[in-house]
Amino acid sequence: MEENVVGKRVPQVDSWLKVTGTLRYSFDIELPGQLYVALVTSRYAHARIRSVDTSDAIKSPGIVGVFTGKDFPFRIGLYIADRDLLATNKVRWVGHPVAAVVGTSMAAAEEAAEKVSVDYEPLEPVLDVEKAIEKGAPLVHEDMASYNYYKGFINPVPGTNIANDFRLVKGDVSSGFAESNVIVEETFKIPQINHAPMEVQNVLAYWRPDDYVEVWTSAQSPFATRYLTAASLNIPVNRLIVHVPPAGGGFGLKAGIGWEPLAIMISKSLRRPVKLVLSRSEQMTSAPSRDGLVANVKAGFSKDGRFKAYEATFMMDAGAYADYTVNVARTTGYSADGAYDIENISVKSLAIYTNKIPTTAMRGFGHPENHWPLEQVMDRAADMLGLDPVKIREINLHVPGKSVRGTGEPVREYDGNPRGVLEALVKGIGYWEVEKPSEPWKVRAKGLAMLVKAPSQPPNAGASAIVKIDEDGTIDVITGTGSMGQGTPTSLAIIAAEAFGVPVEKVKVNQLEGVSTDQNPYTWQTVGSRGLYSDGIALLRAIEDAKNQIREMASAVFRVPKDDIEIRGGQVYPRTHPEHRLGLKDFAMGYTYPNGNTIGGPVIGRGSYAPVLNTFLDEKGHGHNTVFHTYGGTAVEVEIDLLTGEVRVIKVVQAFDVGRVINLLTLEGQAFGGFIMGMGSALYEEIKFDKQGWVLNPNLTHYYVPRITDLPDEIDAVFLETPQMDGPLGARGIGEHVMIAVAPAISNAIYRGLKVKLNEIPMNAERVWKAIKEQRPELISSAFEQALSRAEEIHV
Amino acid sequence: MREIRLRINGIERELHVEDNETLLEALRNRAGVTSVKAACWRGECGLCTVLLNGRPVKSCSTLAVEADGKTVETAEGLYFDKRAKGLMESFVRNGATQCGFCTPAFVVASHALLLRNPKAEDEDIKEGLKGLICRCGTYVNMMRAVKEARQYYADGKQTA
Ligand code: FES
Ligand code: FES
Repeated sequence: MEENVVGKRVPQVDSWLKVTGTLRYSFDIELPGQLYVALVTSRYAHARIRSVDTSDAIKSPGIVGVFTGKDFPFRIGLYIADRDLLATNKVRWVGHPVAAVVGTSMAAAEEAAEKVSVDYEPLEPVLDVEKAIEKGAPLVHEDMASYNYYKGFINPVPGTNIANDFRLVKGDVSSGFAESNVIVEETFKIPQINHAPMEVQNVLAYWRPDDYVEVWTSAQSPFATRYLTAASLNIPVNRLIVHVPPAGGGFGLKAGIGWEPLAIMISKSLRRPVKLVLSRSEQMTSAPSRDGLVANVKAGFSKDGRFKAYEATFMMDAGAYADYTVNVARTTGYSADGAYDIENISVKSLAIYTNKIPTTAMRGFGHPENHWPLEQVMDRAADMLGLDPVKIREINLHVPGKSVRGTGEPVREYDGNPRGVLEALVKGIGYWEVEKPSEPWKVRAKGLAMLVKAPSQPPNAGASAIVKIDEDGTIDVITGTGSMGQGTPTSLAIIAAEAFGVPVEKVKVNQLEGVSTDQNPYTWQTVGSRGLYSDGIALLRAIEDAKNQIREMASAVFRVPKDDIEIRGGQVYPRTHPEHRLGLKDFAMGYTYPNGNTIGGPVIGRGSYAPVLNTFLDEKGHGHNTVFHTYGGTAVEVEIDLLTGEVRVIKVVQAFDVGRVINLLTLEGQAFGGFIMGMGSALYEEIKFDKQGWVLNPNLTHYYVPRITDLPDEIDAVFLETPQMDGPLGARGIGEHVMIAVAPAISNAIYRGLKVKLNEIPMNAERVWKAIKEQRPELISSAFEQALSRAEEIHV
Repeated sequence: MREIRLRINGIERELHVEDNETLLEALRNRAGVTSVKAACWRGECGLCTVLLNGRPVKSCSTLAVEADGKTVETAEGLYFDKRAKGLMESFVRNGATQCGFCTPAFVVASHALLLRNPKAEDEDIKEGLKGLICRCGTYVNMMRAVKEARQYYADGKQTA
């Protein structure tokens, strides 16, 4: 096509606002007369609230109101309404908001918050998932039976701490194990980690005198936020206007429903605009984190390397609230077989309440969790079988057109090229070459891990789009997908530019100003790497609709059949007689004949999308619940210091079958950035709790996220293009996949280099050193000798 | 309350500030300079970095009164600086921004770095930017952008 930019490097459409700091986040938005909210949070992990004394706080200078749980008797949540706005009756974790103090300045509100005194009756906390599901364990939610939840989608078990019990069954594992020659049986663990977006969660809410409610919020999903908030607070949906400016990072944290209901109810009580901005420590204790995990897995392989049976119990530490994590558990379960053909599967995946930080979705949810065990099992089994990690994957990887997933969904021809991904990783990292370490007491090693992921969403997760042509032939694209750095708005602009054959600069996506539920068409959520695909399909349909309107007019103007009208290069012409041509602008507001007669009217195209033939999953976890799968993988070269246990990533290659590259710059950015985030979770990140459930590191010093000094020396990404049959221009999503395989790739490298198993992240120096000390003490002593003789050399 | 005079992004301003007010608060709340972000309010993230008399400081850990009589520059002001604009262009070209929340601070810090050392190599850049956090992990792209931007600073005088 004339102006083909598809697959090139196109800077994000809002880059100039970002480099100058002039992009307006909800963090930057204020209303005249707004009040400020400070939170009073729980000091106990589990306690009954006897009373809350707010009398001193309300008398404090500049204080306009003080609220407690009793003031707002609502329950909210995405898949299960298990959350209160402020603690009612009892607190469920250290950091649980108990009261909200509202003042004319943040300083006044914070000062008064100190004066709220809460009388607690401590209860026994449950801080461990395994204990939480024992009989007689203290219950985090006694009233679970009364909670609303998404029936058919999740399965809560009232009277226990299990918020969702999901099962996936295929074949019969016991006969699978009987036919196995080698069995790997291990426990793998993942701690809770924090999303740590740079823009903390913040909400500005105004319950207006006309009983319409406006909210500006740092969120991912304007429409889910609107619907869930409206439904739980009994507000008619069209009276709640949710503005979602570009977000300073989301990573899943800002999906679903957040702090909006609390800010709204405070504003309703005071009839003034109120702003709630979390502090970093509140972001890390009072707001949700990623679920923790204990996974007991057993995998059986025949002697020729076939994956015969996989039995797994995933115990997700959901913390005090699981309104999103119930689906994390479901997802962990239904996709537990990853990219492999496994003959027999039995998976139990539980979201378990504990008295810890509530949890929610995080980038790729369910998949970092289930790939951590699965991808390590592959390497361990290969070792026991005398195969290599590449060979065992070749034997078991999905064969498109032949394989069937655990859910019973066929792996389709157009789902991608898993073998191609594996080959790209092996080649890219130089898997068979051995590199020399920088010091004799260090070891260089290479490892890899595969991944596959589909968006995890309900079967009705729709999307819609609008396209308008302006007077001068420029194009407006309007969709509902949020902008948080993932680059989807730019990709949508590229798709529209391609379809009309105009330069990208001629297309404007209105997400630059953010999404407003009042002005943008619906999309379910900006999550799951679904935006480019779902909104992209809706957009192409809207474009087709707009083009049809133009064709209709052009058919009359050129006096040729409608189907003979071509729209390319920003021009409209009869296919057979291209010398007769008009511009898009000539039809934008309808076509006007020389005598003034006008036909058609303003061009506005609309398009809608719904997942095709999707179903709920049945009690065995079977059904059709996905729209596309992206295969990928990560390969790393690491250097392990045997003296300190420190692991440094030297080189990285990631590969993904993206269907079609829409914007290479965005793709690389996602691949590199996602690797960095994955590396953070693999090597450093962990929310630390003490025995009482206190968080020991609620700040960015002691909770270390990667910095520029952690960059590997070399980082590369390879993109394969097996077109997605129904994807926009053949594309599929990738925004989350980029971090899923990182941790197992690093662990597999360590195992390959040292034959030391690491079943738990983060693989920080202390943990790695201890593992070496326990499993291969001789490595440390010989490294020590090497270092000593070096020291002597230097001394001499 | 105290009155301070300072030059913010090239414009002379008078601000009334509290004795214990941070420069961050004064810039965002009183002067409306929202290109200065904050993510920790306690010196950990670097996103509040501004140039105070040409030197990068964390404005959350600097008192507003310390800026009295000084110049303050932020990303929105650096747009008018020819070299910094080249740096910004490199950021754009290299995809060195994702969500963009950290970007203004990285632009300010990179500008200061290149003014000091127009020949900065990988290690110098890492050293100069390690006080700032980008959770989107745009470090690779940022590295490329800063290296590419050296050309704009090549003729620059070394500053303090
Ligand atoms: S806000 Fe100043 S360093 Fe984080
Ligand atoms: S671009 Fe998002 S934090 Fe840096």
